[in-house]
Amino acid sequence: MREIVIISGKGGTGKTSLTAAFAALAKNSVLCDADVDAADLHLLMQPVIQQMADFMGGSKALINPDLCTSCGTCIDLCRFGAISEQFQVNAIRCEGCGVCVDFCPEAAIGFPVQRCGEWYISDTRFGPMVHARLGIAEENSGKLVSLVRKEARQLAEKRGADMIITDGPPGIGCPVIASIGGATALVIVVEPTVSGIHDMERVVDLAAHFKVPGMVCVNKFDLNVEMTEAIEKLAIRRNIAVLGRVVFDPAFTRSMVEGKTLFEYGEPTATRQQVLDIWTQIIKSPSMNTLGIVDLKSTIQ
Amino acid sequence: MIISIASGKGGTGKTTISVNMALALGAGVELLDCDVEEPNAHLFLKPKIERSEKVEVPIPLVDLDKCTFCKKCSDICRFNALAVVGKQVLVFQELCHSCGGCMAVCPEGAITETGRELGFLNFGARDGIGFINGRLRVGEAMSPPLIKQVRAAANPQRITIIDAPPGTSCPVIAAMSGADFILMVTEPTPFGLHDLKLAVEAVRLLGIPCGLVINRADIGDRKVFDYAEKENLPILLTIPFDRRIAEAYSRGKNIVEEFPEWRQRFTELFRKIEVIITERGGAAHA
Ligand code: SF4
Ligand code: SF4
Ligand code: SF4
Ligand code: SF4
Repeated sequence: MREIVIISGKGGTGKTSLTAAFAALAKNSVLCDADVDAADLHLLMQPVIQQMADFMGGSKALINPDLCTSCGTCIDLCRFGAISEQFQVNAIRCEGCGVCVDFCPEAAIGFPVQRCGEWYISDTRFGPMVHARLGIAEENSGKLVSLVRKEARQLAEKRGADMIITDGPPGIGCPVIASIGGATALVIVVEPTVSGIHDMERVVDLAAHFKVPGMVCVNKFDLNVEMTEAIEKLAIRRNIAVLGRVVFDPAFTRSMVEGKTLFEYGEPTATRQQVLDIWTQIIKSPSMNTLGIVDLKSTIQ
Repeated sequence: MIISIASGKGGTGKTTISVNMALALGAGVELLDCDVEEPNAHLFLKPKIERSEKVEVPIPLVDLDKCTFCKKCSDICRFNALAVVGKQVLVFQELCHSCGGCMAVCPEGAITETGRELGFLNFGARDGIGFINGRLRVGEAMSPPLIKQVRAAANPQRITIIDAPPGTSCPVIAAMSGADFILMVTEPTPFGLHDLKLAVEAVRLLGIPCGLVINRADIGDRKVFDYAEKENLPILLTIPFDRRIAEAYSRGKNIVEEFPEWRQRFTELFRKIEVIITERGGAAHA
């Protein structure tokens, strides 16, 4: 199953708006929102939830005061400063290592599994979607990302979809690593700013580290054309395919306000054509067609 | 005094606000870039970096001569970072959370600790403004321990401004906890509002006072303003969308330098924060 993951390193580059626009163009795909920490794709997709399940993450320590003799062993052993002088566990600080649980001489510490969020399989006007919501201040976002991607893959196989379109998280840390491993290709959305190019380099390094082919498109390119050129040069130097440019267009924000994708808002525009060209490039790219035969034609509506 | 600048959604202008506030206040403040996955503040503050320090976290090192392959270490490890296979103990470094459990449990004293490189801390300054950032090694998954190191390196005598990572999960919590005030930067769009609500929930969980900066205040709709009113969140600054600001930003230029009238507004932003902190009983730190 082919999966493209749309990431950006830096947030706010228009990654989710573009993902939604691609979803509107793809005919037979499964959508996956892997930005579980600040999931936004559903605001444009208005998914109708068909199936919902709890996401059980790690466990956290819980001291039973009736059994505790205040011996202090747990405080000495906890490397995360999660146990107070009053022998209470601070759930936000607790890393879930369970060391205190195993060493408490009175067996006074329980280790209940935590419900860290929930995940959903939904229907949208562009096909099925797998998404999730991580609880506030939770850990284990990488684990939840892996889970939604696995579910999206199963669903795509079951429904005979051509591909999975995944909206990835920002950054280069644990959730991003979980969202790119095993992907067919990454589409990196960059904005032409000093921070945009800086963050793109880090994402390109990450893609190289995990050996996932990358492609890049510059959004809002007209804010700084020189920087756009610098980004494209960098991409070529790093062996990253350049997909194209999208103009700075307030229509993205306006369509977002209406809960629509770019292709459902207003009249056809030059911006739409740019996005369509980029999508065509993605579909035809060698990374998506490893046998050299372009067999994804059917995925453009 | 510690002010942490956060936003649920990325790209709303956290770094812009952090850097411009630091520049407006000038000497005596210290800017910490805690967005260690994608640190950007140095691109705008342009500090002179004076030194760098490698940051490591402890991971176990097993002395096979002492080991009896009893498997106690792999049993205690909740993160599957250790496996005893035949006459080998495998350490999966990248899964280790450095809890020290294996070392504590080993009956033979066969486990000591060595380091895994998390990334770097960089120290610098510009015009008396102190600067520290953390840079996560590419391929490293765990940012919170590095963020904690950036925080630990701060000078408590100074006003600390923290540029936090986006989101609401553990890295953000590491950048917000213990702050005297959290300034949320948002934009008035459905994405901005949705992510702001999550971030406000996180701040309330920590029990820290907070206020808003609304960036690109005239794009999108009014729902963020309505939300702020309903939730009693003070709007401390609004910045209209201005293509000149966006273009200056794209070249690494700062608002207070390009448009001097903004210097005053950023100083006022800080004064308003100071008043709120004082009303709440003062800063927990100098
Ligand atoms: S180790 Fe157990 S008995 Fe000792 S202080 Fe901790 S909880 Fe109480
Ligand atoms: S489980 Fe680990 S982190 Fe949590 S309180 Fe116990 S020792 Fe500390
Ligand atoms: S606990 Fe110590 S002795 Fe037992 S397998 Fe682990 S390293 Fe070896
Ligand atoms: S330090 Fe903790 S997480 Fe790391 S290997 Fe040992 S038990 Fe596992």
